[in-house]
Amino acid sequence: MSARLSRGGRLIDRRAPVTFRFDGKPMTGFAGDTLAASLLANDQMLVGRSFKYHRPRGIVASGAEEPNALVGLGQGPRFEPNQRVTTTETFEGLTAISQNHWPSLEYDIGAVNGYLARFLPAGFYYKMFLWPRPFWKHVYEPFIRQSAGLGKVPQDADADRYEQAYAFADLVVAGGGIAGLTAALTAARAGKRVILLEQTAHWGGRAPVDGDVIDGMAADLWVKNAVQALEGMANVTMRLRTMVSGLYDHGYALAYERVADHTPGDGRPRHRLWRIRAGKVITATGAIERPLSFAGNDIPGVMLAAAVRDFVVNWAVSPGDRTVVVTNNDDAYRTALVLADAGLVVAAVIDARPSATGDLPAQVRARGIRVLEGRGIAKVKGAKRVTGVAICAQEGEGAVLEEIACDVVAMSGGWSPVVHLWSHCGGKLVWDAEASMFRPDAARPPTGDAGQPIAATAGAASGALQTAAVLADAHAAAGGEGLAPQATGPAEAAMLPVWIMPQGAGNALKSKMWLDYQNDVKVSDVQLAAREGYESVEHTKRYTTLGMATDQGKLSNINGLAVLSNALHQEIPATGTTTFRPPYTPISLGSIGGEARGEIFQPLRQTPMHGWHEAQGAYWEPVGQWRRPYCYKRGGETAHEAVNREVINTRSNIGLLDASTLGKILVKGADAGRFLDMLYTGVMSTLPVGKCRYGLMCNDNGFLIDDGVVVRLSEDSWLCHTTTGGADRIHAHMEDWLQCEWWDWKVHTANLTEQYAQVAIVGPKARMLLEKLGGMDVSREALPFMTYAEGTLGGFRARVFRISFSGELSYEVAVPASEGLAFWEACVAEGAEFGAMPYGTEALHVLRAEKGFIMIGDETDGTVIPQDLGLGWAISKKKPDYLGKRAQERSHMADPNRWKLVGLETLDGSVLPDGALAVAEGVNANGQRRTQGRVTSTYHSPVLKKGIAMGLVLNGPGRMGEVLDFPVDDGKVVQARIVDQVFYDKDGEKQNV
Amino acid sequence: MLTLTCPHCGIRAEETELSPGGEAHLKRYGPGDSDEQFEAYMFARKNPKGVHFERWRHAYGCGKWFLAARCTATLEVFGTYPAQTSAPPEHIIAAIRARRPGWEAGQ
Amino acid sequence: MSEQISALVGRSYSGFSTVAEAGLVGMVTLRGDLGSAELVAAVLAATGCAMPGQRRRVVAGDWSVCWMSPDELLLVGPYASAPGLVDQLTAALEGQHALAVDVSDARASFSVTGPKAAEVLMKLCPVDFAALAEDEVRRTRLGQIAAALWKSGRDSGREEYSLVCFRSVASYAFGVLENAARPGSELFAG
Ligand SMILES: [Zn+2]
Repeated sequence: MSARLSRGGRLIDRRAPVTFRFDGKPMTGFAGDTLAASLLANDQMLVGRSFKYHRPRGIVASGAEEPNALVGLGQGPRFEPNQRVTTTETFEGLTAISQNHWPSLEYDIGAVNGYLARFLPAGFYYKMFLWPRPFWKHVYEPFIRQSAGLGKVPQDADADRYEQAYAFADLVVAGGGIAGLTAALTAARAGKRVILLEQTAHWGGRAPVDGDVIDGMAADLWVKNAVQALEGMANVTMRLRTMVSGLYDHGYALAYERVADHTPGDGRPRHRLWRIRAGKVITATGAIERPLSFAGNDIPGVMLAAAVRDFVVNWAVSPGDRTVVVTNNDDAYRTALVLADAGLVVAAVIDARPSATGDLPAQVRARGIRVLEGRGIAKVKGAKRVTGVAICAQEGEGAVLEEIACDVVAMSGGWSPVVHLWSHCGGKLVWDAEASMFRPDAARPPTGDAGQPIAATAGAASGALQTAAVLADAHAAAGGEGLAPQATGPAEAAMLPVWIMPQGAGNALKSKMWLDYQNDVKVSDVQLAAREGYESVEHTKRYTTLGMATDQGKLSNINGLAVLSNALHQEIPATGTTTFRPPYTPISLGSIGGEARGEIFQPLRQTPMHGWHEAQGAYWEPVGQWRRPYCYKRGGETAHEAVNREVINTRSNIGLLDASTLGKILVKGADAGRFLDMLYTGVMSTLPVGKCRYGLMCNDNGFLIDDGVVVRLSEDSWLCHTTTGGADRIHAHMEDWLQCEWWDWKVHTANLTEQYAQVAIVGPKARMLLEKLGGMDVSREALPFMTYAEGTLGGFRARVFRISFSGELSYEVAVPASEGLAFWEACVAEGAEFGAMPYGTEALHVLRAEKGFIMIGDETDGTVIPQDLGLGWAISKKKPDYLGKRAQERSHMADPNRWKLVGLETLDGSVLPDGALAVAEGVNANGQRRTQGRVTSTYHSPVLKKGIAMGLVLNGPGRMGEVLDFPVDDGKVVQARIVDQVFYDKDGEKQNV
Repeated sequence: MLTLTCPHCGIRAEETELSPGGEAHLKRYGPGDSDEQFEAYMFARKNPKGVHFERWRHAYGCGKWFLAARCTATLEVFGTYPAQTSAPPEHIIAAIRARRPGWEAGQ
Repeated sequence: MSEQISALVGRSYSGFSTVAEAGLVGMVTLRGDLGSAELVAAVLAATGCAMPGQRRRVVAGDWSVCWMSPDELLLVGPYASAPGLVDQLTAALEGQHALAVDVSDARASFSVTGPKAAEVLMKLCPVDFAALAEDEVRRTRLGQIAAALWKSGRDSGREEYSLVCFRSVASYAFGVLENAARPGSELFAG
């Protein structure tokens, strides 16, 4: 069994016990524990079940590479599935639940999959569920749905807050082990601005566990001194619990800080995503130990050798009483030494190499520990816990030579540099045959904006595995100024690549050798994929799911590649690696969203009258990022009733519309008229001062992009009104043409949209209200339709435009935004006696549709030209050029058989559905019914008391009176007659009064 | 995520402060020009693997358009320059040739 | 003259730094040839400020002049004086290719004050604040909106940044600043 040792534990504080629960069972750990350490201290080796076969699985590793030990952490709004216990700090009150089992971790019905294992080989899902078809819906899908998924989805909204922050540095060092510390010190002493980040809660990495001696000091002391030195430097920023998750173009690095995972609910942001721009990134990310592939290597109690010594040294946890170490290298002997030092039994060291004669094996032998050379494990005995191992000759086929009782197997297949960050942004790898590893190829680094290298590797991440080499490499990577730290240690003999154990194992053994623990991929699966023709490593990955689990194959990839290469009879570099993609380990969606939640999810643009609308219970409609009142419901009105009331009131009394969102762009300069003549389809240069003119804007592709009223303010300045959604876009469009095409023209623009609050005062009694406000002559004579005046209205600095989007007598009054609310309130108060009431965007739409006025975005969709909309009158025939003119001459644009704008009147008075299509005879090449038009705007007109619509219809204007069929829901057809699109006040008398 | 230095205000802006505007140095064709010329201007775009000229606007900054010479394969930036020019300036051409010997404009 | 109110009527929040809407501030956009003698003279006469260099800010008395782009300045001063300043500049630049326009109402102004003020902004702007010069005007992105900012501590005698954005998004700007200034979310110890 696993247990807490009575002494030791460099990271724990025995005076600070913490209580937590696992699957509801109360347990105790110490401050400084990872949850993995705490669980092992409570003899909880079994922590989950695998994804496919629901096999019992224990803790394998001690860090980010852990594939098995995933739990659901927290509760309610702080619940999160799939958290690695090896990277979770234990805190008071922590709750964790195991995953992937039913009804319990100990007794899982899904484990029956394991008995069916020989029926569930690689590609099983692809093959099995293809046939018979009807089985899919009734048999296979329910089965898959029940079994699918890893962990449970949180049910509540996340209670935590998240944020992001930007940082800049000459150098970011990823990893705070001795390589990272050395690199940071070297660069910082050379004056570089350095950010040093470490994903765990401690500096120093593996060195203190491995007993390194640096500059004559124990590694712990050396690390302490290095950290102290760095902390004293103003040009260095250091951060624990922060993982560099990805490296991107031009030295952009993302770092994921787990600020409050270990102190939930303390008010701090839970995670913080650092968006760092680095001159260079040094990846000092270390190396990951490889498992060995022997039968039963997934049984709880089989662990990585270095993880076993981590648990002993860092947390004083003994994974078991009696350990067998199995290895192909010298490093694993350190585990035997650590266990022996802790008073634990090492039953044997099984070394696959023909002989082991280095310093470390010698030290192990000196402790009286058996070392078996040229041996391997034939199989592991046990079910939910290792009970022993059967030993065989590594060179044989697995004949058992002896059995050794043990409850832990500490395995080491050598080490793989962590090359993820290096590879994320294009750094290349090279196969080091001597060390049997892919390591970064320093000659082919990821490059930045000047073609310069943006990354370097340091220490084990470079492939340097001995301490002295680690330090020298890190020092050099950071520029090599000053003296490199020195280390002494035992000489280590070369490792022997061992991809399966024993090398001649038959299928019975290979189908029990796990490569990918989380996804249940075995050696036999990869070999089967190869036999079935999967030669590409990327295809094999997807076919077998090797490396596709949440750990992304940190333990399994290299062994899987080697097995695949052997099966394909080729060298490993010929097979290549799969692609390394960010993030290094999963990061929270919360951190990616950052602060953008709730009220600040996105900018909501508000007019100066926003608060008033809100107080009046406005029913909001999003228009771009603006919120505009759709209508103002009164009493028990429905929205539809409110809209009808607002329309009728506007047609009979006064309607007040907050039109502040309309774009207002000032265009000034000697060439402003010429510029506007290019921008608009009509002529604006001839507009007299004080007059208004409706204008259309097209892109150079000919399509209508915006419309609005242009006002000549003075000899050299015009005010261009745009649609609400168009203000920023059209201002940018203007600047684009001015800066990039006509840069010698003397024109300045200014987007004054938000400088003014604008109120449309609309209706037959509008003039009465303006006259009551007083201060300006707004009579028909002084201020006729389509003119403009500036003055003081009711004490407000006002620009009054006599323009109409409703067909009614209408004034649009612009006042400085800071006075907008006061002006609006004055209009409401003074207008009461005339029946003035506000109206919203829906009434605005009904009013304009009754008049047949187009709306950009309804009648236009990016494929409509003004000619389609009967707006030829707004297009100058005389101008030699305007944006869109040439395009509109293209054959398809000039085709008489285009869909053109008409009014549509249903025969039964109903309202056509928006977007409904008018069908024609016959079918098209795809067998679909032909169409000949569609509805672009459709409303109930409370004034006309029937449905009215506009639509684009093939040759529409030439087909007045024809009846079209519009199929709608449930096979019904609504018939509508083609009519003139002006439904109300056809002669336009009302707006001219 | 790219960084480009705005030649107007001197800021080394990151991509989120910029808005892209497609291929640079297009010559506008209009009324009087042939269908072929207009089609080429409106629709035909280069898609090189290698040196490319692009329009960018410093949208969250000074608001000005500028042009960038960039390698689409390595994301190397050879230089940025104001948009008020119909062809890449000499120093940009020189910067490209310095790092891509043998490169010819119009490739 | 009627009641004039700024977008957020001076709302403020105190977290680890203090965020406050600055009320109504006079702002004039001046576009033109910043190198022309006429324009330089007009700016000096109207504000007392010399022409700022690229991305710089010049302060003289009530008014400061910010370089916004190669052909654009933002003149910042008392709200009530802005219309008069526009008239003065327009008259002085008669016949020049220039545009002076009052944008006071189109903007919202904020201050972020306190020893850790930069940490608030570091969460929202892709700007290297350690490299921001004392008299530098930085136009950038604040969360999802455009903003201009500068250190204003020299003016106020405190650790302070000033920030300007469009009026319609004042509520969003305040929201993200407030959120970023929450106690416990300081980026650096000490
Ligand atoms: Zn710029």
